[in-house]
Amino acid sequence: MSTDSTSTAEPISRLIEEFGKLPGIGPKSAQRLTYYLLRSPAGEVAALADAIRNLKEKLALCSVCLNITDSDPCAVCRDAERDHTKICVVEEPIDILPLERTKKYKGLYHVLHGVISPSDGIGPDELKIKELLSRLNDGMVTEVILATNPNLEGEATAMYLQRLVAPLGVRITRLARGLPYGADLEYADDVTLSRALEGRQEM
Amino acid sequence: MTSPRTYQTEAIVIKRIKLGEADRILTIYTPSFGKLKAVAKGTRRPKSKLGGHVELLTHSRLMLARGRNLDIITQAQTIDNFLPIKDDLDRLSRGLYMAELVDSFTGEHIEDRHLFDLLLETLKQLSQPTYCEPILRYFELNLLDHLGYRPQLQHCTECNSPLNPETNFFSPKMGGILCHQCGFKEPMSRPLSLNALKVLRLWQNCNFAAVLKVKINRELAAELEQVMREYIKYLLEKQLKSTAWLDRLKTESGQV
Repeated sequence: MSTDSTSTAEPISRLIEEFGKLPGIGPKSAQRLTYYLLRSPAGEVAALADAIRNLKEKLALCSVCLNITDSDPCAVCRDAERDHTKICVVEEPIDILPLERTKKYKGLYHVLHGVISPSDGIGPDELKIKELLSRLNDGMVTEVILATNPNLEGEATAMYLQRLVAPLGVRITRLARGLPYGADLEYADDVTLSRALEGRQEM
Repeated sequence: MTSPRTYQTEAIVIKRIKLGEADRILTIYTPSFGKLKAVAKGTRRPKSKLGGHVELLTHSRLMLARGRNLDIITQAQTIDNFLPIKDDLDRLSRGLYMAELVDSFTGEHIEDRHLFDLLLETLKQLSQPTYCEPILRYFELNLLDHLGYRPQLQHCTECNSPLNPETNFFSPKMGGILCHQCGFKEPMSRPLSLNALKVLRLWQNCNFAAVLKVKINRELAAELEQVMREYIKYLLEKQLKSTAWLDRLKTESGQV
């Protein structure tokens, strides 16, 4: 970003530049945010700075499920109330949020941190697959739920995991793929509809 | 305004990358406009009406609106989703390799109906429950042929002498076969068995029906794959990324 350094004080132009790196923030928004903070009380600005610093300093990956956590093992993995025989495999930490919101799932998670995407050069070694397999070794886990996204890469990853996990004798399930609630049949694509038909249930 | 604001086309989706919160930029291959990039808005939301119609390796009919920079997909209807490819990890991976191959070898907005037809036909063949390596090789050979990189398989590319029925050499640099004598002098060439040469010659001049009639063993299939891979690598000056994945799948499933 071009900020005229001769007319703007260095701390201001530097913050504008940093804001400008964020997604969805253009040069004008970056300037507005910077001048807003300049007028804010010192306490609020310090709180923001702390929050940002803590993001990296206090967070790490859970050594068990590889979710982002501020304590190791994370709250979910430590929780004795939860069902430790089930592992739900997700692509990204953010995918855990909607699953937790349902309040239907009481098992554990495993975060892969990506999906297999051959044309981007992302293979199994770039994902946390070895870690998943080693969790299955002690025989505690009886079910692995594959909750990767229902798109091409997600399906590829699920099929690949199925190949690796099946020989271990663990039950493997995949999240049902069908029509989203509140949608129109008219707009459904053939893959979704075929899956929905395959997975239809007695009422 | 000279051109209409919207237009319709068939397309095969060969690449897609995320854009912003819920959008994607698709790379599509069309019969009349060649390779195009277009924005598919909201396709990452569950209720997107485009959603599955613009998934990778899907043949769809699209309506596009001209945008300032990239065109925007406004409607999509699947023609063939090649479900058998998507339900099988090995076929799917090969399909993705084909898509990367087409993407690497083509420029945008260059009409090439023949290439579109070849891609479509190959995806249809890949959906059939047959041994798929020959299909892939046939696709590579014909793609190169059509783009002007047809390997010279009839006589030595160095001394022009006819080839003896023996192990000759393939040279990516020369774009074809070197005879026994010339091959030894060229360090960048690799030996090519007589059977491999015969199969390549046949595939260069036949249709899919004939391709599937030729029975080749795993050893020969591996040799043919290597020859083509080295040639493609030389032409593109890079290894296609999805080849690493194809190799891995083969090693893990016990194929050579």
